[in-house]
Amino acid sequence: MLESKVGVLFIAGIGFFGLAFLSNALVPALMYRDLPEQTVEQLLRNNGNLRFQFEDLARRFPDSFTAAYGHPPEGAAEREKWLDTWSQHALQLGHDVYVGEACWHCHSQFVRPVSNEDRRFGPVSKTEEYQNVLQRPVLFGTRRVGPDLSREGGRRSNDWHAVHFFKPTILSIGSPMPEYPWLFNGAADKPNAKGLALITYVQWLGSWLESYPYYEDYQPSPIHGLAEKGKDQK
Amino acid sequence: MEKELPRHADLVDERLVYWHFMAALIFMGASMLGGLLMALQLLRLNPFSGIELLSPGRWRMIHTNAIAYGFIANAFLGGLQWIVPRLTLHKVYNPKIPGLNIGLSWAIFWAWQLVVTATAVGLLLGQAQAVEWGETPIWIDPVAQLGLLLVAINYIPPIAKVEGPLYVSLWYFLAAFVWTFLTYAMGNFMPQYFVTGTAAGAVGGLFIHDLVGLFVTPLGWGLMYYFVPILLKKPIWSHGLSLVGFWGLAFFYPLQGIHHFLYTPIPMFLQYGAVISTIALELVVASVIFNFHATLRGSTGALTTNLPIRWFYSGMFYYFLTCLQCAFQVTLTFQQLIHFSDWVVGHAHMVMFGVFIMWQLGMMTYLIPRLLKTPWYSQRLLEWHYWLSFVGIGLMSFDLIILGIFQGLSWSSLLPWEHSLDLSIPFWAVRTVAGLLMIAGYLVFVVNVVQTYLTSRPAPQKAAVATA
Repeated sequence: MLESKVGVLFIAGIGFFGLAFLSNALVPALMYRDLPEQTVEQLLRNNGNLRFQFEDLARRFPDSFTAAYGHPPEGAAEREKWLDTWSQHALQLGHDVYVGEACWHCHSQFVRPVSNEDRRFGPVSKTEEYQNVLQRPVLFGTRRVGPDLSREGGRRSNDWHAVHFFKPTILSIGSPMPEYPWLFNGAADKPNAKGLALITYVQWLGSWLESYPYYEDYQPSPIHGLAEKGKDQK
Repeated sequence: MEKELPRHADLVDERLVYWHFMAALIFMGASMLGGLLMALQLLRLNPFSGIELLSPGRWRMIHTNAIAYGFIANAFLGGLQWIVPRLTLHKVYNPKIPGLNIGLSWAIFWAWQLVVTATAVGLLLGQAQAVEWGETPIWIDPVAQLGLLLVAINYIPPIAKVEGPLYVSLWYFLAAFVWTFLTYAMGNFMPQYFVTGTAAGAVGGLFIHDLVGLFVTPLGWGLMYYFVPILLKKPIWSHGLSLVGFWGLAFFYPLQGIHHFLYTPIPMFLQYGAVISTIALELVVASVIFNFHATLRGSTGALTTNLPIRWFYSGMFYYFLTCLQCAFQVTLTFQQLIHFSDWVVGHAHMVMFGVFIMWQLGMMTYLIPRLLKTPWYSQRLLEWHYWLSFVGIGLMSFDLIILGIFQGLSWSSLLPWEHSLDLSIPFWAVRTVAGLLMIAGYLVFVVNVVQTYLTSRPAPQKAAVATA
């Protein structure tokens, strides 16, 4: 039995693998079956923090923003829908850039309950934070050359991120992080669609938490239509 | 009266073995370039800074994928093509592919090179899948899965024809064909299409772990159980310990994946289970290492005179170290300090290069002159290859492991993040030097292979005379 084809093939090959799969992969999947996976749309519904950052991008980089998303439509309801659509789009694209550029190989996305990590980064990670499409496959990460990013949103301004992605050493002296000039049209204040999306994604991380820091106050955007937001709502 | 045994020339396609090895060496070059680029980036000496297609992040993924699927898988396929027919005395299945003028073995060869090359291209274009060690873009995954199925179809039939109990190597091979197929399917499709979040993290941990434990490890030990007795001209010391080694690995290894994600929101009882089964495996590993060293007893002179044996036992030396390290680093106490640090990177390099690639390079050192029917061009260059690789990987691993401790202490004491970077720089510089040693060893080996190949070809005048 122990040296036979049947034993090796069915007990060791399929049996033991199946046992491990049941106990280590299916058990957590079943335990969390009542936590449904959220779509990008559901994630952004009522997420004022992310909307704030997205409109702030429009204010800081009006030319880039218009080049990437066009002009907002007339009318408050249409504009709301327009902003919803594009912020969802930016979040998804930003996630794809984050994965494609392998950001997750040098930045983790979970805070452990040990080694003072909650004091450095913020609240310890909980399961429900990961039940969404942007964690498919999950971006826990296994290495920190740079800091954990799961509570990065809102800690720094969009300007800071733009300059940092363009050339990290300008802001973080001695940083070993690579430069990403292909997310820009030649200058740090001209992010392209991918650059805007990646900043949106990073500002989203942790935006669902009560402790999300408001970095600066909202100011209206110079883009025609967006700037008139306050007027329309009267 | 015994029937006549089949002859080697009828069993083994030597050209295929040779070309699998050559493909492996080409991908190793690509992998080493990727590693060098990332090492230079960490030192802020990247000469290609700001060029999209040379982005260190993307090349870091080529570094791991080219070594796992380009070098290691190719070297194993070459080895299997040699070992399986010789052990079973049956040819591999190798049916003709309809429409193409080649057999299945060569079809697998070309399909696999296509998969690895397409993976590299996809990664360079920014299409990675967020699965560590499985970054292969999702549109290539089904092709790779089909390739693994074809490998099983090609190599299981000769093993199935064996009557009576199987030899140890064949247990490992047979199980590895099943495990590799299942592991690849689980890791690349489940977290992408079926589960999400924390549960996907558990699957990702299983995948990272099983890829080493259920694909590379069993095939690697299969090589050792085949080549070591042949080279030492004596049987393995204890058959009983071989059984303990195989069945212990089969039972305990698949249960450990979650130990890659300790202190995540994955349920704690599952984390404890993974830790305990990892420690249990260390006892199994000790039994296998003991068995091989007992086999070596009385033949230790072979370590100085027989280069492939030296490669194999150096690999086992690192295997013992790395598994011993595993049993400690997997505990929650150690994890607090060393998780996320370069300790893990050092560990991974010691496993992948120090153990399995050393074994495969030893196998190539043994087989290439037999495939080319020509002695090695230079024994001296072979020695250089061995020593540069052995010293290089040792230096790199220990350097990174020590660095990991310092990084962990820096982080947990809440010093500014820059502190952990500043203290890393000298260690990263040593790592780059160690990597350059390994690259030098690789170049020496490539020169040796090319020269041996050129010697094996008939000189033009002689060939002309022969045809005339």
